Amino acid sequence: MQKFFSDAVEFVPILLQGVWLTMVVTIGSLALSTVLGLVWALMRVSGIGFFTGLSATVINVIRGIPIIVLLFYLYFVMPDFGIALTALQAAILGLGIAYSAYQAENFRAGIEAIDKGQIEAAQSIGMGWWLTMRRVVLPQAIRIVLPPYGNIMIMMLKDSSQASTITVAELALQGKLIASSTFKNTSVFTLVALMYLTMSIPLILLVRHFEKKANRK
Amino acid sequence: MIELRDIHKSFGKVEVLKGITASVAKSEVVCIIGPSGSGKSTILRCINGLESYDAGEISIEGARVERDSSSIVGVRTQVSMVFQRFNLFPHRTALENVIEGPLYVKKEPRDQAIARGRALLAQVGLAEKADVHPPQLSGGQQQRVAIARALAMQPKAILFDEPTSALDPELVGEVLSVMRKLADDGMTMVVVTHEMGFARDVADRVLFIDDGVIVEQGAAKSVLNQPQHPRTQDFLRRVLHPL
Repeated sequence: MQKFFSDAVEFVPILLQGVWLTMVVTIGSLALSTVLGLVWALMRVSGIGFFTGLSATVINVIRGIPIIVLLFYLYFVMPDFGIALTALQAAILGLGIAYSAYQAENFRAGIEAIDKGQIEAAQSIGMGWWLTMRRVVLPQAIRIVLPPYGNIMIMMLKDSSQASTITVAELALQGKLIASSTFKNTSVFTLVALMYLTMSIPLILLVRHFEKKANRK
Repeated sequence: MIELRDIHKSFGKVEVLKGITASVAKSEVVCIIGPSGSGKSTILRCINGLESYDAGEISIEGARVERDSSSIVGVRTQVSMVFQRFNLFPHRTALENVIEGPLYVKKEPRDQAIARGRALLAQVGLAEKADVHPPQLSGGQQQRVAIARALAMQPKAILFDEPTSALDPELVGEVLSVMRKLADDGMTMVVVTHEMGFARDVADRVLFIDDGVIVEQGAAKSVLNQPQHPRTQDFLRRVLHPL
């Protein structure tokens, strides 16, 4: 145990650099996946055949490809087409795209859960499609969407470790590098696990808060 | 003011409107009565374009109503609708519900919209409930807010789709009395209702609809007191003497 603490003192500063990148990747891809997911979801419920079909196709293609393959594609294949991304850019883009499919399905479920009468009431006072979405549907859908959204945040935090496969020195890769050079696997990976857990706990509490709020309604 | 000419409408293979021709004059109150599923609500929903129709023509002051055309927004700002289940926006207060249309559709200045919104809530007897959210209001209060919301658009006519059917019996009166006042003030109204007392006292004309056609129409008192058609007689007997 004593050994663990002395290892911790030594390794934590290095691991914290990884934590920083983990947060950058998570927040970056969370923002991207939210925006993209909202776009797919709005296309899906637009009632315009072309957009509905396009969105359904995009979502299914994204869902059918493993995140790691998507990351490899962006990082190793895109340069062949003249698009060279840094590892961090590729990681944020890849995770953002991959998770946009789940975000979209979540948003769509939230939008479709709104009573049709709400939409008709909005239309009956002259609101067009976009105004109806913005003023009536989305503000109500948020309550429904937030608890699953929180869960997606937790999954993204953990899945940001996949960025390590394309050389982003986030927490998991930092841990692996220390472990392979010191052979102190137990100390290092325990610390890594504890750090992920520490970052997850606030999110878990946030989800619980969202759920309580949603149930109170 | 509102003209319907030979309106046909089907949902799949079921034809719900089989050639409806009717008109509503300015300041007229027309009640539509008839059995469930006869197509009464569908008529209202076609008039303000919530539902499309397959054949015929609906026009409001000469402007054709077409659900899928961009002109429909203009139509809806002229003809408001009050729904059976109120359909208030639950995430907004009573006042916010009322000013939503003026503010975001008609782009009225905020102070003006708020002042008018408060006046309308006072008109329906809910001045003190301006800052309350709909779930905290009774059904009757919610429906009165919905009427204020419809009025806020300064419509030329209001369509009421069974406005009291979802209410507890003791709350029906407060909504009907607001509607009666509107009628007295000269508002053009088309009301789908099962409240025969209201129809008799307030309506200028009554249309009895059954199975997608207008079976009988005329002055409210004559249709309700001396129905000519056997189907009207039968319907009224069942409504007025259910036992």
